[in-house]
Amino acid sequence: MNTPIAERPLLGSRKIHAADTTFRISLHVAGALVVVVLLSILAIMFIGGKLAFDTFGLGFIWGTEWNPVTQVYGALPAITGTLVTAVLALCIAWPIGFGIAFFLTEICPEKLRTPLGVAIELLAAVPSIVYGMWGFFVLAPFMSEYVQPWLTNVFIWIPPIGDSFFWFTAPPIGVGMLTAALILAIMILPFIAATTRDVLLSTPQLLKDGAYAMGATRWEALTGVVIPAVRGSLFGAVFLGLGRALGETMAVVFVIGNAIRMPDSVMAPSATIASVVANSFPEAEPGTLDLAVLLGLGFILFVVSFGVLAVARVLLRQERMS
Amino acid sequence: MLAAMTPTPETAKPAIAPMQAPRVTAAASAPVTSPTRIKIDHINAFYGQKQALFDVNLEVPDNAVTAFIGASGCGKSTLLRCLNRMNDTIPGARVEGQIRMDGTDINSAEIDPVQVRTRIGMVFQKPNPFPMSIYDNIAYGPRAHKLVSNKAEMDELVEKSLRRAALWDEVKDRLGKSGLGLSGGQQQRLVIARALAVSPAVILMDEPCSALDPVATAHIEALIDELRKHTCIVIVTHSMAQAARVSQITAFFHMGKLIEAGNTDQIFMAPKLDQTQDYITGRFG
Repeated sequence: MNTPIAERPLLGSRKIHAADTTFRISLHVAGALVVVVLLSILAIMFIGGKLAFDTFGLGFIWGTEWNPVTQVYGALPAITGTLVTAVLALCIAWPIGFGIAFFLTEICPEKLRTPLGVAIELLAAVPSIVYGMWGFFVLAPFMSEYVQPWLTNVFIWIPPIGDSFFWFTAPPIGVGMLTAALILAIMILPFIAATTRDVLLSTPQLLKDGAYAMGATRWEALTGVVIPAVRGSLFGAVFLGLGRALGETMAVVFVIGNAIRMPDSVMAPSATIASVVANSFPEAEPGTLDLAVLLGLGFILFVVSFGVLAVARVLLRQERMS
Repeated sequence: MLAAMTPTPETAKPAIAPMQAPRVTAAASAPVTSPTRIKIDHINAFYGQKQALFDVNLEVPDNAVTAFIGASGCGKSTLLRCLNRMNDTIPGARVEGQIRMDGTDINSAEIDPVQVRTRIGMVFQKPNPFPMSIYDNIAYGPRAHKLVSNKAEMDELVEKSLRRAALWDEVKDRLGKSGLGLSGGQQQRLVIARALAVSPAVILMDEPCSALDPVATAHIEALIDELRKHTCIVIVTHSMAQAARVSQITAFFHMGKLIEAGNTDQIFMAPKLDQTQDYITGRFG
């Protein structure tokens, strides 16, 4: 028989728990690794792109000319293309994603909830190159044939900005920022829908009951009580989608037209930072300005995406704390 | 007659707040003579396949507190949620039978459940102030149902509602602050004030003190006793001491059936059925 616990001496029982210590150290290493990787990527991007910033100064960000022949590189067309496609995609995806989320949490019959939720998550599982090919072979011809001529006709009355930006007046060639934005919208839709659904599901039933008990209709309860309660989290969901749209590459390369110049309409062929890098990287020789410019672009994209995600995190966290 | 009715201290500090032991008030012993406000007629309630209430019949008088007591799962909360058609919001819930409020069947097909809930206020187990300012919490109902026409009237209504809920003195300097910043007991009085702002004919309370400490509970109970002078109140409670303290009518439920209902004094001192006697003396449940 072993000694019963109550009879074992407590004094002098202190010892080092080896497994605990090993586990703790390895967790520290894992945690540190994330920070190290992140910082080293940022550093490499910055060091590699330093030549571009040195050569053009802030003009690298604001310059509108992109000419590999004369070695003049301004990132503004790519930055514009990135922001416009991402924001357009968000404008398209957010209302739909929110509608899906509200349908799933409030209106949808219990039996359909899981299958529909899974279907939406499957949308996120489609590889981006598949979206790209589908966009190029299906969406772009459709845009060129029907959507673009129609938009041009309908919005012809909007006055242009100066003599360089004509809104929806453009030759209907199918590829361009609007098509890219549509593809991006489809790609970020599942993220927005799923995050919004989780946010709505996390709203306490008690709060909704309170609104219903005050004689609120479904719509009044949603807009007057539920949404104000989770406003920050909902913005967080939107920003997560935006972050993804900013960095998406493969699908965009297929449908944006890859023209590195300031766009003259919403439907004009353009380029995003990611698409420029993907297209130009194979030809950029080590040590040249060409490569430095691409790394500099990467640095800019990194900073923009990081900023967007940081905002999203802050918004999501605010809600949890309150 | 009510120790707890002494003026409410500025903040609910335990040291100075009333902390009397539970006791039946003088008011509770007088027989209820006021007319019937709600007539519950052969109510059966179901959640999907499961029947939660079996043929419940009960008359709820005006200007009195009616307490529903019974063990968890006995159907008392279900019945309470039948009274303002809150069960409509639960998928799969179904109610058969009639509930007449002032003669009108609230389950009638011609009645909008939203209108029923506007006339019948409800307070829940945990305080659920809306995520907005104290002022806007109170103004929510009057705004939604267009009860006032200008800011001055709204200000007046907000103050009146907060006064009736015995909360005004504690919050008058911070009406613009979030309702979530109040203590639990204050939040519960805030949601009572929110319900009062639309002058409901009936107030339903689903274990309103279960998340509160004894001091906050004393405040709420004092408030309930004050409110019943003008309102019909139905309260679900797990605490038999609370039922004895605040109610004039008590209804005892067991396994979805109404076992016995009557004047609170009679139920607690001379129950007709052994089952009721066993429950209130703590022999089961």
